[in-house]
Amino acid sequence: MYVAVKGGERAIENAHAFLAEDRRGDPAVPELSVAQIREQMALAVNRVMAEGSLYDPDLAALAIKQARGDLIEAIFLIRAYRTTLPRFGSSKPLDTGAMACHRRISATFKDAPGGQVLGPTFDYTHRLLDFKLMAEGEAPVAPVAEPRREPTPHITEFLNKDGMIEEEAQSDAMPPDLTREPLELPADRALRLQSITRGDEGFILGMAYSTQRGYARNHAFVAELRIGTCSVEMEIPELGFAVEIGEVTLTECETVNQFKGSKTEPAQFTRGYGLVFGQTERKAIAMALVDRALRWKELGEDNSGAPAQDEEFVLYHADNIQATGFLEHIKLPHYVDFQSELELVRKLRAGVPEALREAAE
Amino acid sequence: MNDYNFAYLDEQTKRMIRRALLKAVAIPGYQVPFASREMPMPYGWGTGGVQVTAACLTPEDVLKVIDQGADDTTNAVSIRKFFQRTAGVATTEHTGEATLIQTRHRIPETTLHEGQILVYQVPIPEPLRFLEPRETETRKMHALEDYGLMHVKLYEDIARHGVIATAYAYPVKVEGRYVMDPSPIPKFDNPKLSDSAALQLFGAGREQRIYALPPYTTVVSLDFEDYPFEPTKADHACALCGSAESYLDEVIMDDAGGRMFVCSDTDYCATRRAEQDKSSAKI
Amino acid sequence: MDAISLQGGFAEAAPEAARAFRAVLNAMARPGTVEPVAGARPPAPLSMAAGVVLLTLADTTTPMHLAPSHDLPVVRDWITFHTGAPFVAAGRAVFALGDWAGLAPLDRFPIGTSEYPDRAATLIVEVAALAPATHRLTGPGILDAAQLRLPGGEAARLNAGRFPLGLDLILCCGDRLAGVPRTTKLEAL
Repeated sequence: MYVAVKGGERAIENAHAFLAEDRRGDPAVPELSVAQIREQMALAVNRVMAEGSLYDPDLAALAIKQARGDLIEAIFLIRAYRTTLPRFGSSKPLDTGAMACHRRISATFKDAPGGQVLGPTFDYTHRLLDFKLMAEGEAPVAPVAEPRREPTPHITEFLNKDGMIEEEAQSDAMPPDLTREPLELPADRALRLQSITRGDEGFILGMAYSTQRGYARNHAFVAELRIGTCSVEMEIPELGFAVEIGEVTLTECETVNQFKGSKTEPAQFTRGYGLVFGQTERKAIAMALVDRALRWKELGEDNSGAPAQDEEFVLYHADNIQATGFLEHIKLPHYVDFQSELELVRKLRAGVPEALREAAE
Repeated sequence: MNDYNFAYLDEQTKRMIRRALLKAVAIPGYQVPFASREMPMPYGWGTGGVQVTAACLTPEDVLKVIDQGADDTTNAVSIRKFFQRTAGVATTEHTGEATLIQTRHRIPETTLHEGQILVYQVPIPEPLRFLEPRETETRKMHALEDYGLMHVKLYEDIARHGVIATAYAYPVKVEGRYVMDPSPIPKFDNPKLSDSAALQLFGAGREQRIYALPPYTTVVSLDFEDYPFEPTKADHACALCGSAESYLDEVIMDDAGGRMFVCSDTDYCATRRAEQDKSSAKI
Repeated sequence: MDAISLQGGFAEAAPEAARAFRAVLNAMARPGTVEPVAGARPPAPLSMAAGVVLLTLADTTTPMHLAPSHDLPVVRDWITFHTGAPFVAAGRAVFALGDWAGLAPLDRFPIGTSEYPDRAATLIVEVAALAPATHRLTGPGILDAAQLRLPGGEAARLNAGRFPLGLDLILCCGDRLAGVPRTTKLEAL
């Protein structure tokens, strides 16, 4: 006698218990603390903050721990938490010109006011496994320079003074909010940038790379990449003035791209822009390239049919939480639909003469 | 979970969803965009249905959750538990007792009544999506009531296979205006969409769309005069309750290809068996 | 803003708004059904039902138009305190509130666009009575036919011939309300 499978609830509880045990791993090995992850897995924490759209290193570290190091799962935990938070207001626009930079480089000028500051970069490390790290080591100490007191000017401002680069459109209008309104196309640049900055790093990287390989190539130079801290200010209506509510680390990338112009319009370089929470420079550079590719219409360029130029394609597929959810949902039971297709295929086969069916088998 | 609001969502989010639901009811079959929130379960697991349910639930509701027609499938269990925890509502497995039913992939066999709301989880709400991937294009097609592409697709099916080769998520036309995706229910269930006494609400979380069928709304499965729509099921009776009317799951019994057919609607099947037991006990 | 504006909201927002929404949803899904609501104590001339609708559906994201009948400081203050909805001209309204005469002419309100027919105003209409019926209602949500009292004869022509565009009405009378979505066909009895 057939008895339908029961006990889904029990199975789920047991699976959760198994997961918790596996997450901890061998109890003989000391447990990771959230502080350890925050301090020593900082770039993972940064990615989770950027794609989770929530600046909170402790919670991001907790999410990484809970997700067993699966960063997309960690981002998901942060997003699900973020959505429950009340919104008290909006900050004033950040002034990245006032950023206290700990890394700042330009590929377009050998030197510039503010200097080239390499900061904590992998760039010139030789990628050799450091077996000393297998053992617990002492904390290395880096030499310290006198911090720069004055603001570090943006490189693109130098080009702007000569009219060599397009003027960035200024607007005090409230930008649309992707997390509060459904995505509507065509999307303006503010909305596109919002989508890309929280988009999956791998997806944005792949899109950006495709532009470099000729799918809507736009000849990007990194005019400036800066990483540092910016203060966040909020207007408090009761006080009538803005107060600093905290500090965030950001990575900003400005690219100088292929020029526009014509017989009647003087030639000018164009811009791509990337701004991402934390030290996340691969993402910020990729963001700037994809931003630039998506601007083809406003710059009067041709649509070459490249994926990175297609805002509907990029914006609808950049979000890894949407993507992974839908991808993974196909492991849920689908037996009702499968059954309906079984019946259909049986019916179709029944309509085909016996000889043909055998030949097909 | 007392840290969370009743039915999990904050009141502002609920208002946004509720406004979308009212417009959806006022424009049957039209997909209303809404600012879907990230939920604590993954996209594709019913976040749209969960948000619609959360926006509709009152403390007095009796909730039933099914997946594939069954109350005991893992995802149904998980969603039911979520609302027990966050809304504290009563739950049931009996279709007739529920005031709100959230479903994935099935419409219950038991005829729904006026006091009920059926909430569908929808993966791809756009019936034209697999024919035209661009939202900007499909939106125009709905605006212009230009459904030629869909008819061409169905016609090509007939030319190639001799029948319309769509077995689930079979497209329908609502009140003679909007072509609508009924969610991936088997086409066997399509006739139950039309003129239902219950209110039917559809939530697609990842795709940020809500749509609705008010009660007593005319819903027609697309077809051609010479190739009329045909709701189909396995040509068997349920091996457990004997019903010849219900949609059946095919269960593989052994590795020799043995199989049996049982009702996909577990409550329908169990209720029938209980009645049979009662009447045989009387004899 | 005086004390009256600060009072009369839901005592327990989540469950009260949930019950109120179900009443509005049912009214809209089953035109002709009259639903009782509870929980708001708004200042006159706002009815209890209109107050409940506002508390349940309006917030800072829903621009609101007030007809002259309701464009009063006491009403404005109450709506501002409890919902934060900004007040706008008819052409930008998501909700419009007033009596039937004050809401006229109705062609001022957005009826949606062919691509986004949902971007149409919902009119919250204060009426003196919901019975005896003046009109026969047919369409989605209605088994055979229903009956309802409409505030004016021109209401019958309100949405005629322009579906899927149109205005949706919530008729409020004391502590009861009824819905007339754009799909409802209206014939004078």
